[in-house]
This record gives sequence, structure tokens and C-alpha cells, in this order.
Amino acid sequence: MEVRTINWFKYSSPASFYPLAGKLIPYFTVLALVLTAIGLYMGFFVAPTDYKQGEGYRIMFIHVPAAWMSMFIYLVMAVYAGMGLVFNTRLSSLMASALAPTGALFTFLALWTGSLWGKPMWGTWWVWDARLTSELILLFLYIGFMSLKAAIDDPRRAARASGLLAIIGAINVPIIYKSVEWWNTLHQGASISMTSGTSMEATMLETLLVMSLAFWMYTIAVVLARVRCEILEAEGDTEWVAAHLDEQR
Amino acid sequence: MNWGSAGNFFAMGGYAFYVWGSYGVTALFLVLEIVLLLLRKRTITQRLGRRIRMRIEVKNEAQT
Repeated sequence: MEVRTINWFKYSSPASFYPLAGKLIPYFTVLALVLTAIGLYMGFFVAPTDYKQGEGYRIMFIHVPAAWMSMFIYLVMAVYAGMGLVFNTRLSSLMASALAPTGALFTFLALWTGSLWGKPMWGTWWVWDARLTSELILLFLYIGFMSLKAAIDDPRRAARASGLLAIIGAINVPIIYKSVEWWNTLHQGASISMTSGTSMEATMLETLLVMSLAFWMYTIAVVLARVRCEILEAEGDTEWVAAHLDEQR
Repeated sequence: MNWGSAGNFFAMGGYAFYVWGSYGVTALFLVLEIVLLLLRKRTITQRLGRRIRMRIEVKNEAQT
């Protein structure tokens, strides 16, 4: 009997992932642009005025997706860091490095838009509420991960140390998620819940989902582009990089 | 959602500063991230290209 083996690790080699990533980027870029256009149109021209918060609630359409992305990117980053520690694959730690800046950016945007939403609705830019504080800690985790990686010269030791930090820091993500239930402070509860469904109008919910998908596609495109930079920097002296750069000329 | 006029749209029911401050900064940072990434890519390929050309020259000189 013929035994066919699929090499699952084929694309975990930077040399074969590099061209694959390059081919995928245009698709995700187009998807991101189209979804953003649809999402913005829905957010400003289809979704009705909120009966309590007026037009100010429209900040939600970027605040909530940014906050979701900030948590999800962290988990994906921690998984890649964990795979790097267990399987010792080079690509995993490069992927973790490529995810961190975009994760940090979305964390900052979640805090920024939250602040601009909080001022008119709560009357304050910032409060040491459990949700806000744990999200701020997430930003520090991203910054800590990037600084630690940059501070250690040997790339393998840098990947091990920062990978460990990423995994330990992942404890913070469920804390952020559950913070509105565990501590009853200023931040409102979840608008969409896995168990009890949603508490908002259908068009608002649809807009939220379209914007989340748009942010997802943006993240994938940007992270693939960044991991290509990381690969080139890590493998600069290899034959395939020389051959690839030759082709480009 | 019918805004009536462009003025009403940009006024955002009195929340203009907060809404446009959120959307504007988000757009700015996402675009900035893309620009920085493209610049980084260019710097890396230029540097690697220089290094490869240097190596070829060294090899050629050794042969002559």
C-alpha cells in the first residue's frame, strides 16, 4: 500500500513561507479595503441613532473590534511563542514578533477610542476600572515582549525569553474578558455574549461584525508583510534570500 | 440613516470631536503602520542587495 505523507511542517520553514506570504498579501489587502468600505457605510449611513447615546455610540464600531483584536492577537502570539518553545521552529518566533506591533497598536486604539467614548458618556477620560486597567496591562505586555526580544542579542535566547513572557502574560486575556463580570465597575457588560445572545439592534450588530472582519483582514495582511521583513532579517545571509533578491532585480 | 445635510453628518449630533477623534486617529495609525512597514522592507532589501553585490565583487577579485 502506498503511504502518502503530508509534510505539515513544510510551511514552517521560512524559505517556503516567504513566497506563500507574498502571494496571500494582495488578497487580504483587497478584502480589508472592501470590508472597511462596507463597514463604514453601514456604520454611518445604515445603523440608526442610539436612543440613549445619540450619535456618540458610533465609536463602538471601531472600539469593540479593536478591543477584540487586541486580545485575540495576543492569544495567537502566545500560541506561536509556545510552538516556538516546543517544536523549536524558526518561523514561530518570527510570527510572534510580527504580531506584537499590530497587537500593541489595536490595544492602544481600544484605549484611545474608549477614552473618547468615556468622556461624553461617563464624564471622564480615564478611570481605574478593572476592564480599563487590565487592557492597559495588555499594552504593557506587548511593549515588554517587544523590548525583551530587542534587548537580547542572541536570537534564539531572545525568542525563548520573550516566548515565556508571552505565554505567562496570556493569563491577562481571560481576565480582561471576564473583568466586567468579576468586578462590577464603570465599564458596561458585554454587548454580545456567547450564552445570552445580543442586546442591540440587528444593523448595529452586523456593522460590528463587518468592521471586525475588516480589522481581521487588515491584521493578516500587515502581519504577513511584517513576517516577510522578519524572515529577510533573520535569513539575510542564506542562498535563497540572495537568489530571491536577484530575481527581484 | 438619513443625515439631511453634510453639516449634520460632520456634526455627529454634537459628538463630532469624539467620533471623528476616534475614527481619525484609528485611520492615521493604520496608514502609518503600513507606511512604516513599506519603508522597513525597502531598507532591508537595499541593505541585503548591497551585501550580496559586495560578496560577488570580493569573489571576482579573488579569481583574477
